[in-house]
Amino acid sequence: MAGHFQKKVTTKQDIPTASLPDIIFMLLIFFMVSTVLRETTVQVRTTLPQAEALTKIDQKRLVSYIYIGPRKLDGNRLGETGVQIDDALVEDLGNVRTIMYRKLVEQPKLIVSLKVDETSEMGVVLDVQQELREAGTLRINYSSRREIPS
Amino acid sequence: MSLLKKKKRKEAEIPTSSMADIAFLLLIFFLVTTTIDVDTGIGMVLPPKLEEDVEPPPIKERNVLKILVNEQGLVLVEDQPSAVQLIREEVKKHVLNNGADPRYAEETGKALVSIKTARQTPYESYVSVLDEVWMAYFEMWDAEARALGYPDYGAYVNAIDEQDAENAIRDKIKAAISIAEPDAA
Repeated sequence: MAGHFQKKVTTKQDIPTASLPDIIFMLLIFFMVSTVLRETTVQVRTTLPQAEALTKIDQKRLVSYIYIGPRKLDGNRLGETGVQIDDALVEDLGNVRTIMYRKLVEQPKLIVSLKVDETSEMGVVLDVQQELREAGTLRINYSSRREIPS
Repeated sequence: MSLLKKKKRKEAEIPTSSMADIAFLLLIFFLVTTTIDVDTGIGMVLPPKLEEDVEPPPIKERNVLKILVNEQGLVLVEDQPSAVQLIREEVKKHVLNNGADPRYAEETGKALVSIKTARQTPYESYVSVLDEVWMAYFEMWDAEARALGYPDYGAYVNAIDEQDAENAIRDKIKAAISIAEPDAA
């Protein structure tokens, strides 16, 4: 009887590797889908403030970003405050209205995420908000980092 | 001749052993370039644009908790010098007052918090004040949810999402935060 069992044990012990590429491909596709390649270069410094009462924005496609902060100049110097939408600086704040209005027409559920440098003055932020009200893009989000408990 | 034909048939196979390696290489590339950080921030809804000749609705002075933030980031609550850390308790007292203290709101439903800054106020101070106000509301919502038998407000939201019900807590304690325009200099 014992001999009978031993025979069975000595069958092939290889793990089938034929499906390995499929598994890897599955992972690959997951990461390909979830990857967002950075498409804009930010021309202003935005060190975000810290906050506790945070909400998450789950749907990235609804979000449009406005960057406000000191302009990055050559040689690590910082210039005066600039406002950037997508990949261009907005020189005249009056243009924010038209740009954002166009975006709202394309995406009626638009959320505007304000990435504002913590050293910026409220004046610029309030001016931009006033423009957003004119455009009708009322849902905003003050982008901030999670507070590190000290 | 028959020998040649046999050879051709044998070679018609692509080696697939390196397939996994190629896939791995791609996988590693996407692993490195992926950022799964979710955007976080303080959500707000701006008030719609006012029509030219429409007067804003009258609000009783008493129902508004006025918070002023000046150029140095110093805080005035109801014209009294205060600290950022004290705002949370002040807001809670204001909203849950229900007419008890004449300095605070008459009813929870009517309570309003107004944040006013100067044009030179640093953004960081503004966000820390706004954060405290929001935390006050979050804590009040948490307390309400616990009273209803949920561990916290998040659990309550999940529960009503499943039932497709109205958010009763949010209706009861409405987060009414207004951002006032700075005075013209």
